[in-house]
Amino acid sequence: MSKPVKQIHLAAHFPGVNNTTVWSDPAAGSQIDFSSFVHLAKTAERAKFDFLFLAEGLRLREQGGEIYDLDVVGRPDTFTVLTALAAVTERLGLAGTINSTFNEPYEVARQFASLDHLSAGRAAWNVVTSWDEFTGQNFRRGGFLAQGDRYERARQFLDATKVLFDSWKGDEIVADKESGVFLGDPDAGRFDHRVTQFDIRGRFNVPRSPQGRPVIFQAGDSEEGREFAASAADAIFTRHGTLEAGREFYADVKGRLAKYGRSRDELKILPGVTFVLGDTDAEAQEKALLIRRQQVSGQTAIKFLEQLWNRDLSDHDPDGPLPEVDPLVGENTIARGRASVRMHRDPLAVAAQWRALAEAKNLTTREVIIEVTGRQSFIGTPATVAEALNEFVQTDASDGFILAPHLTPGGIDDFADTVVPLLQERGVFRTEYEGTTLRDHLGLRHPDEAAARTRRAAS
Amino acid sequence: MPQPHPALHLAVALDGAGWHPAAWRETDARPQDLFTAAYWAGLVAEAERGLLDFVTIEDSLGLQSADYTELDQRTDQVRGRLDAVQIAARIAPLTSHIGLIPTAVVTHTEPFHLSKAIATLDYVSGGRAGLRVQVSARPYEAELFGRRSFPPFRFEDFNTPEVQALLTETFDEAADYVEVVRRLWDSWEDDAEIRDVATGRFIDRKKLHYIDFEGPRFSVKGPSITPRPPQGQPIVAALAHQSIPFRLVARSTDVGFITPRDAEDARAIIAEIRAGQDEAGRAGETVHVFADLVVLLDDTDEAAAARGARLDERAGAAYTSDALVFAGTPAGLADLLEQWQAAGITGFRLRPAAVPHDLEQITRHLVPELRRRGLFRTAYEAATLRGLLGLPRPANRYATASAPTTSAV
Repeated sequence: MSKPVKQIHLAAHFPGVNNTTVWSDPAAGSQIDFSSFVHLAKTAERAKFDFLFLAEGLRLREQGGEIYDLDVVGRPDTFTVLTALAAVTERLGLAGTINSTFNEPYEVARQFASLDHLSAGRAAWNVVTSWDEFTGQNFRRGGFLAQGDRYERARQFLDATKVLFDSWKGDEIVADKESGVFLGDPDAGRFDHRVTQFDIRGRFNVPRSPQGRPVIFQAGDSEEGREFAASAADAIFTRHGTLEAGREFYADVKGRLAKYGRSRDELKILPGVTFVLGDTDAEAQEKALLIRRQQVSGQTAIKFLEQLWNRDLSDHDPDGPLPEVDPLVGENTIARGRASVRMHRDPLAVAAQWRALAEAKNLTTREVIIEVTGRQSFIGTPATVAEALNEFVQTDASDGFILAPHLTPGGIDDFADTVVPLLQERGVFRTEYEGTTLRDHLGLRHPDEAAARTRRAAS
Repeated sequence: MPQPHPALHLAVALDGAGWHPAAWRETDARPQDLFTAAYWAGLVAEAERGLLDFVTIEDSLGLQSADYTELDQRTDQVRGRLDAVQIAARIAPLTSHIGLIPTAVVTHTEPFHLSKAIATLDYVSGGRAGLRVQVSARPYEAELFGRRSFPPFRFEDFNTPEVQALLTETFDEAADYVEVVRRLWDSWEDDAEIRDVATGRFIDRKKLHYIDFEGPRFSVKGPSITPRPPQGQPIVAALAHQSIPFRLVARSTDVGFITPRDAEDARAIIAEIRAGQDEAGRAGETVHVFADLVVLLDDTDEAAAARGARLDERAGAAYTSDALVFAGTPAGLADLLEQWQAAGITGFRLRPAAVPHDLEQITRHLVPELRRRGLFRTAYEAATLRGLLGLPRPANRYATASAPTTSAV
């Protein structure tokens, strides 16, 4: 083998408010109590994971004019949980989604710099852009931005936070009691940043944090998203779950790095995936089917159907065929505040695909939904799963995975105890943390080092 | 048997190396550690050893400045600070009884974000969260956001109609802000999560409520994304120096921090706050009035004065404060606290001039002195901050509306 063995990166996603989480399982715990977050974080750290990941939600989902009540509802504040978790962990990276629409760069930069200080260099920010007017009703800013403007704002937002993070070099706090000099530079933190979206100036009040800047994640698969990630992110949170789709995405995005003067190692590609483990592959498959049926009840299937059909289908039989009527095209008035609504750009075409699928496999409505909403899962014995994960990474379909367990909070316990040791035996996953910061775990350079290197290359 | 409720409540206000600008130069100061978790963990652990009701953590959006309306270029004082809500969150899992009240600026931030952050602080601390709201009309802080602007003004102009109008507007906005935050905390009834496997419903959506707040500055729909916090309503506090802010204390808070010059002054301020409470229809609710004092404590009055003089000399100016500066012995301070308590003050927020020294004087000398006088607790008597302050867990404002058949208990 001429190619060196790649090291796998692993993260644990605290299950959010979607139908991945099986709350009806007797083993399901609280999605709010801090002890649940502590459990997942400690398990992830025991298994030497790179980081823990928290998603964000800013408006409760609605469907048919009512708050959606079938899935887990309710989640805590991202910064508060991550900072509190810094107290009960030592090395685990702490990553959170924070949107760039209902926040201001100064405040977000302050919060991430604070998290980075308070965790001694373990902060990561997943920058997201897609928020709608519905969500805006919870914010004094209100409003929303068209898709193109959102990326523009996101780009400018991220640039602005970089200006703020870089406004302190890192050596300004002298704190010499004898001479009475606390601050080595009377202008520390000064910035003046005027672009179309932001007109801000003053002095940033958090000194440079251990990682310089938090690790930057980007989620999203659009053309703009890929370009944004290639130019500015340290890692991408994707959903490309099959080997082929993964390799294609990986090659495409990594191929975009060179034009920004970046090497292929400077952007990690980490798909969000699920997994099901069993004593035999057959048992795991059986378990996976059971979980899918728990995730997609008849009621849930109808709700999914309504999201695409954009009609009230509450009388539809989930155990019967798909509806004969076509989806209503136009503004979606049925479901609000969920990503899947935005995924179906051409409802008639999607409905046609679903009908073809139902006919080919002779599926009921619920069975169709189970098929089309299933994300790539790694299913099998620990050995099977370890082998499959490793194949993904070694064949450049990803650099690692963000694992979304279906149970809160014990959903990665088995993975930590059985799959991780197998990956370690193969020499593709760390047995001890080699560094202390998240940048260390991900093999990312400190931004100052990276900048120095770019300057050297340019001169 | 629960012990009788302590007669006097005690809190400390933590800010950098202490409130005196030269505090960071003291031998026992740790100015290099101000931006580490261990520094704050140590201070709050000390406060908890003293069985204090709560700590507050100061904050500001802008860099510290000796000048109110402009940034200075000083290099001889502490500059830079971490987000106070996050410091509180970082400390919460390391402590078990003490209340945590971070400061948050409400003029430039989103009530939705702050509401869920403090609710979450309540979850991670097991019911010990509070929030001190602070307004900012500083022009240089507005420029950090670039969304609104304030005219520069000087303290000398405080009583001009222009400045008073500005103050009224920012404090009215703060009152709206607190109203939104409180409604969001109540927007989930306590038993909204039902996990009813039979019907497939995780929540009872009838127990979630839109808050539909509409005000001149902003509107917020709700409900919160975070379920009602353990205390129902975490403690809301504000610092107030004159009538406009006193009104905010009276109509919106659970705890007001005031800065009387003496017992007589304290009496007058309390009367004004109580009148405001009546006017706001809150006559039956407990609003604690805490007096703020900067403290320099030593074994003798002379030693305290000498330390104050040394700090002043290093700072290059005599220290002045909005609050009374007390330099003396813990016993002398206890005398003063008793005197002010007789005027109606229900608690004290002490601002240590220098930490760790003055903090340890509070926890290791003042507290035992107060205890000897029967004025302070000998053990934490409640698990929540509300409990420590003798406040009941409030009913949910939305619960009765949706469940009219439930008998009031």
